[in-house]
Amino acid sequence: MSDAGGLDARLVVRRAAFDLDLALTAAPGEVVALLGPNGAGKSTALRALAGLVPMAGGHVRVDGDDLRPLPPDRRGIGMVFQDYLLFPHLSVLENVAFGPRCQGAGRRAARRAAAEWLERVGIAEYASARPRALSGGQAQRVALARALAVDPGLLLLDEPLAALDAHTKLEIRAALRRHLAGFAGAAVLVTHDPLDAMVLADRIVVIEHGRLVQDGTPADVARRPRTDYVARLVGLNLYRGRAEAGIVTIGDGAATLDSVDSLEGEVFLAFAPSSVALYRTRPDGSPRNLWRARVAAIERHGDRVRVRLAGPPFDAVADVTPASVAELQLSEGSPIWAAVKATETHVYPA
Amino acid sequence: MFKRTAVTVTLLLAALAGCGDVDDGPSGAGKGEDGGGKTLTVFAAASLTETFTSLGKTFESAHPGVKVRFNFGGSSTLAQQITQGAPADVFASASPATMKTVTDAGDASGQPQVFTKNRLVIAIPEDNPGKVAKVSDLSRPGLKVVLCAVQVPCGAAAKTALGAAGVEVEPVSREKDVKAVLTKVTLGEADAGLVYRTDAKAAGGKVTGIEFPEAAKAINDYPIAEVAKAPQSALAKEFIQLVRGAQGKAALGRAGFEAP
Amino acid sequence: MSPPDRLPGRPPWVLLVPALAGLAFLVLPLIGLLVRAPWSTLGTRLVQGQVLDALRLSLITATLATCLCLVLGVPLAWTLARVRFPGVRIVRALVTVPLVLPPVVGGVALLLVLGRRGLIGGWLDGTFGITFPFTTAGVVLAEAFVAMPFLVISVEGALRAADLRYEEAAATLGAGRWTIFRRVTLPLVAPGVAAGAILCWARALGEFGATITFAGNFPGRTQTMPLAVYLALETDPQAAIVLSIVMLAVSVVVLAALRDRWVGNT
Repeated sequence: MSDAGGLDARLVVRRAAFDLDLALTAAPGEVVALLGPNGAGKSTALRALAGLVPMAGGHVRVDGDDLRPLPPDRRGIGMVFQDYLLFPHLSVLENVAFGPRCQGAGRRAARRAAAEWLERVGIAEYASARPRALSGGQAQRVALARALAVDPGLLLLDEPLAALDAHTKLEIRAALRRHLAGFAGAAVLVTHDPLDAMVLADRIVVIEHGRLVQDGTPADVARRPRTDYVARLVGLNLYRGRAEAGIVTIGDGAATLDSVDSLEGEVFLAFAPSSVALYRTRPDGSPRNLWRARVAAIERHGDRVRVRLAGPPFDAVADVTPASVAELQLSEGSPIWAAVKATETHVYPA
Repeated sequence: MFKRTAVTVTLLLAALAGCGDVDDGPSGAGKGEDGGGKTLTVFAAASLTETFTSLGKTFESAHPGVKVRFNFGGSSTLAQQITQGAPADVFASASPATMKTVTDAGDASGQPQVFTKNRLVIAIPEDNPGKVAKVSDLSRPGLKVVLCAVQVPCGAAAKTALGAAGVEVEPVSREKDVKAVLTKVTLGEADAGLVYRTDAKAAGGKVTGIEFPEAAKAINDYPIAEVAKAPQSALAKEFIQLVRGAQGKAALGRAGFEAP
Repeated sequence: MSPPDRLPGRPPWVLLVPALAGLAFLVLPLIGLLVRAPWSTLGTRLVQGQVLDALRLSLITATLATCLCLVLGVPLAWTLARVRFPGVRIVRALVTVPLVLPPVVGGVALLLVLGRRGLIGGWLDGTFGITFPFTTAGVVLAEAFVAMPFLVISVEGALRAADLRYEEAAATLGAGRWTIFRRVTLPLVAPGVAAGAILCWARALGEFGATITFAGNFPGRTQTMPLAVYLALETDPQAAIVLSIVMLAVSVVVLAALRDRWVGNT
């Protein structure tokens, strides 16, 4: 995929809890998001790329050069840290000029380059401020400018938006997307927020317990989750089963769901919570995919109400309107009938 | 009450500073509480350490049940402790001047008696790197001579003796006491120093003491007196007698002291 | 990093009473000095040449000793905090030896090593004709020996508490280890270094035992204030009090100024 340029890495890192073993590529200009639950090894992978943790095996090639034998300061990699880690004793301008200075630029040249970068990320007016005086969003932009100012072949971003409040996050995410689009090298972004990954990345790599579990475009990952973790992140009900003649047998045969996809063999079946209909009594003209469930929890989600349904035959999530909650007199523990149309389910190979 | 506390604290600090007693006697100084036995407390100049320790043993064997407890230190420090009310029975000073501060304060009982004398000698390291043979050598430029500071008795004596000899000495250091002078000579840091004959003798073979006649002009008298409020007055008198008697003279002579 | 809001209410007596007792314990001796000071003759005593000589020498040697401690002690603290090597615990314990060693013993130990006949001093004397005893340089060495642990312990603590991730950030920006130390680590622990240097300076200023043992006592050359105070105490306790007060006043002024400047709420 990236024989000529970009990132081509296989990261093997031994940890106390688990071993990380991850093949990772990113073409020049491509933004890859590493998505995974806490402790999955995302940050470890990023630190291994930067040379901050020793690797037990594998390689890190950027634009064809193997960086693995090199210490962090010789890798030419830009990194934006989770809490930005702007040097508190240096001004904003000096923070951004730090990298160029270390690369041998003269004092004035480094400051000029830094000023240009601050201009580009839009906070030139804070050049002489101390990092302490910046808001979270401003600090994030300085951190980005500082990482880009070393003209890196590979840009690493560790949870770049996690430290921001919801309002700032929207604004900064849009700005970050613009800057990433303008970056010519490969970029790897670590996040646990699927929305950040969807918006910022060209490709999403999902890791759990140190292993790759899914790799695809944001649209692909969103539509076709392959693990419960991803399904939960993208808000889909996900089941694994065997498809035969339009009928998917879930689990060990305890339940079946009809679908309109003509696949055979091991498959995933997914459907959105909003496509689940709930009934107090068994509905007439019964839809095909109908099952009896118990209300496990009722949660408010914006203007929708999320109803968690417990099996048997299987657990599911349904989104309904507050009006229907009242109408159905839903309460935790009450029995309910649930249905989903075959046309609303999505089946894809496992 | 407050004064008592202050005395205790003074003694405690003195002990902590390492100039307290070397004996493991009872802490109830001079009270004689240990099983009916009595404790005699003697404050004596540091140069008397060896002699008085052995005399103390003699005294103890002659007086069964009596313990002799010593507080050796700089004479002026001891004098200060006594005038501040430290419970001593006997005070033996290395200089009449410090003894005078005690008698002036009314803290001595009776007239102090000079019991021995000490004189200065030139102390040189055993290999004599400065080739010092007589007192006039001390004025040679480049020779490292250490003296006591003039504020302490051995410094005052050195000034008098050197003045009498007509020798101008520019020392490299004016030490805080005679032991410090001896240390510098023993370790070979100084080429020569003026110390008491007893100190040179106590240093064994490490230093040589060279006598010089002008030292007679600065003979150091050692007065001894019973402390005014001595808890063990009778024992104090007996101890002073022992020091001034034949046994005392012999012991002092062995250490290099002269008869008064 | 603004200071945290204080808990409401009064401080508890359990803390307040010993705190006040502790303060009194520290301050009462000073008050004792002030009460006994011969204020009427203070002026004339001060202008006596030896007082100013000793004061100047004390300030100069304490400052030089602090500089020496910084040059040697900061790298030592860094090594103890950051380098893993066998026996690091023993080395850390060795660093604190001058704290527990009676200073006079320290002075003798210095003589045995750096004296004219010492292990290293003998060679220095024979080869270069350099001797330390009875010189101002000797005073600086003696003070540095006794004061260095204060600096090392303080700086090592600051280094341990420092956030290592800043150093990682600097490394990703292309900074080598020396650059990281100089431009990131050192500025980040600057308050700890300053606090250590102040402790070190204060200890050096009050140094007595090691100084008089190693460097001797000669006015203008090796007689620092504590030595002058000690000798004055032999004959003229009033003069000793004057000297003590002068030293106290100077050090309080210097320490207060430095504290506000370097260790204040940065």
